[in-house]
Amino acid sequence: MTTRRDVLKASAAAAAALSFPAVVKAQSDRIKIGHLTPLTGFLGALGEYAVQGIKIATDEINKAGGVMGRQLDVMSEDSVNPATASTKAQRMLERDGVAVLMGEINSASALTIMQVAAREKRLFLQVGARSDVLRGKNCNRYTFHVDIPVTVMVNAAGQALLRDGLVKGRRAFSLTADYLFGHDLAKAAKNFLTANGASLAGEELIATDVTDFSPYLLKIRQAKPDLIASNLAGNQVTNFIKQYSEFGLKYPIAGFNLNTADAWAAGDGNLSGIWPTVWHHDLNTPGSRAFVAEFRKRYGKPPENHAWIEYVSLKIMAEAMNATKSTDTEKLIAYFERGTEFDLLKARRGYFRSWDHQLMQEAYPFTVKPKGKAKDKWDFLQFGAAVPAANQPLDLLAPTREQNTCSM
Amino acid sequence: MQFFFLLEQVVNGLVLGGYYLLIALGLSLIFSVGGVVNLAHGAFYALGAYFSLEIAKLLGFGPAVVLSPVAVALLGILFERFLLRRFYTADPILSLLVTFGLALVAEQAIRMIWGAAPLPASMPPEFKGQVMLGEFMFSRYRLLLLAVVAVVLTGIWFLLHRTSFGRVVRAGIQRPDMVAALGIRLQPYMTTIVMLGVGMAALGGALFAPITNVHPAMGAEIITVAFVVVVIGGLGSFWGVVLAALLVGVVRGITVHFASAAGEASIYVLLFLVLLFRPRGLLGERIEKFE
Repeated sequence: MTTRRDVLKASAAAAAALSFPAVVKAQSDRIKIGHLTPLTGFLGALGEYAVQGIKIATDEINKAGGVMGRQLDVMSEDSVNPATASTKAQRMLERDGVAVLMGEINSASALTIMQVAAREKRLFLQVGARSDVLRGKNCNRYTFHVDIPVTVMVNAAGQALLRDGLVKGRRAFSLTADYLFGHDLAKAAKNFLTANGASLAGEELIATDVTDFSPYLLKIRQAKPDLIASNLAGNQVTNFIKQYSEFGLKYPIAGFNLNTADAWAAGDGNLSGIWPTVWHHDLNTPGSRAFVAEFRKRYGKPPENHAWIEYVSLKIMAEAMNATKSTDTEKLIAYFERGTEFDLLKARRGYFRSWDHQLMQEAYPFTVKPKGKAKDKWDFLQFGAAVPAANQPLDLLAPTREQNTCSM
Repeated sequence: MQFFFLLEQVVNGLVLGGYYLLIALGLSLIFSVGGVVNLAHGAFYALGAYFSLEIAKLLGFGPAVVLSPVAVALLGILFERFLLRRFYTADPILSLLVTFGLALVAEQAIRMIWGAAPLPASMPPEFKGQVMLGEFMFSRYRLLLLAVVAVVLTGIWFLLHRTSFGRVVRAGIQRPDMVAALGIRLQPYMTTIVMLGVGMAALGGALFAPITNVHPAMGAEIITVAFVVVVIGGLGSFWGVVLAALLVGVVRGITVHFASAAGEASIYVLLFLVLLFRPRGLLGERIEKFE
């Protein structure tokens, strides 16, 4: 039976359909960019920083005249989970008319978006997911990766571990986030540890929604390792380091993945160990200082690495579009593959490796400042010098051609 | 040695059960008396944690743990008076929808006020560290937490079973019509039960803040386990919830010991088995109004 409500609905839909072409036309002079990132779930806190970072970049680019004289229009949406991420990516390309796709932090979601990009033959700038397999076994020529891969994270923290004599002949106990990224990280960590003379005292797979680590802490004490290798992700890391500190265990922690936001959330006196990062707000370059100042002004707190990476990624994309005078996928791919160097607000510029599309750049190990040395609640991390060092090639810590199975 | 390790997991599981109990008991009480599954219960847990951090900034950790549940309990009055009260006799699907909606609204509100990034929280350093009882390792803080849970539990039991207030509440669970016929208005009792329930959830939030990640979705994390505990324990049964909370903690600990990746799944397998063989829950009573 047709009710009055149905009639109203139908006429509203018809009106929407009729007005649609006009909307498209009005906006066609803007360049649309589809931006997907997790805003809920165990990576949601990082996604919020990502959105804040890309907003600053959008405003700066648009204020400076846009790209090829056209304004950028960045659509940021919650990618939710791998299935939703690919559905949204498909919709953005087909219905919303975005020129390119960007974003992600979750490796599993990044993988499904990469498949959409390959199928539709459109560019996806994969910003913040770190799994090796995205750049290796599952690489494709339509995707470029900005963040450092897990192998580089392991090697960056690993350099500091080797220096402190924490690896050779030691027994390590590893805790691993039970999803694509964690497994990948655990594999890289295991390779590094065994290659440098350590053995494994235990290996635990931990579901991403675990909030209580006490049974795992008991198992750690039962195994009495020399070193704890944390391959956890997102909220897990914060929960783990808080409860590790609560139980007062003293084994040194080698953390292979920690975002600054997770470290800040740990609270005073809870964090310990050696960890890697791709960027940090203490970095003393003019570009980083300016970005940190702008971010603090806008949001009243320092940016964390996912804010930075979204910021530089959009700048990279805008630069490529301006240089090629195009939003065409093939032209942009050629521009990136040429080894063009980009400003990353770090001491050295970075470039995409042509054969696996990863950005080669500096990374940094960090530890925790001794008690009482922190200026404020954002300041308890002690950042080390950049790796690779200034006199070493930028791709030193990245997987080599032999190690990486990428073929496009 | 293997056996000892297992035993240690069992004991730790019992401690963990206390952790679940604070949340589950309030959920069960509200469920039993009002017939409302309060899906917003986790939101009060999260608010308890966030309030405690704000209060701790001004007054320190101790007062925060006491005052935050009080503040949330006062919110509970509003929640009962203006929202829950309308749904006691309505179709259960309506109360499910409204409390689920409230949970979403509360989570977004927290995100708007405090931001999506998790907030730092620490306990006073003197609570940190381990206590060795023989060969068993305990976290000092969790033992304290267990003591608090025991006190709260005793208090609630006493209130329900040794006072005239409790007699009315228990009668109200079984035969609300009879209570009404005796000329007793159940509404003020219900308000008190909701206050107690959400207050306990907030106490849980305030106590767990130093050992868990304080973020907007923390309520959603805890509500699932709490709900599982209530269903396993059985409706209307005080000791059922206690038993179920301990059981869930122990089963999870044992599973982690043998197959860590299955740790979280084990809780739901347990739920499945209980529902299969004893749909009423372990110690659940038959309650006419739900049949």
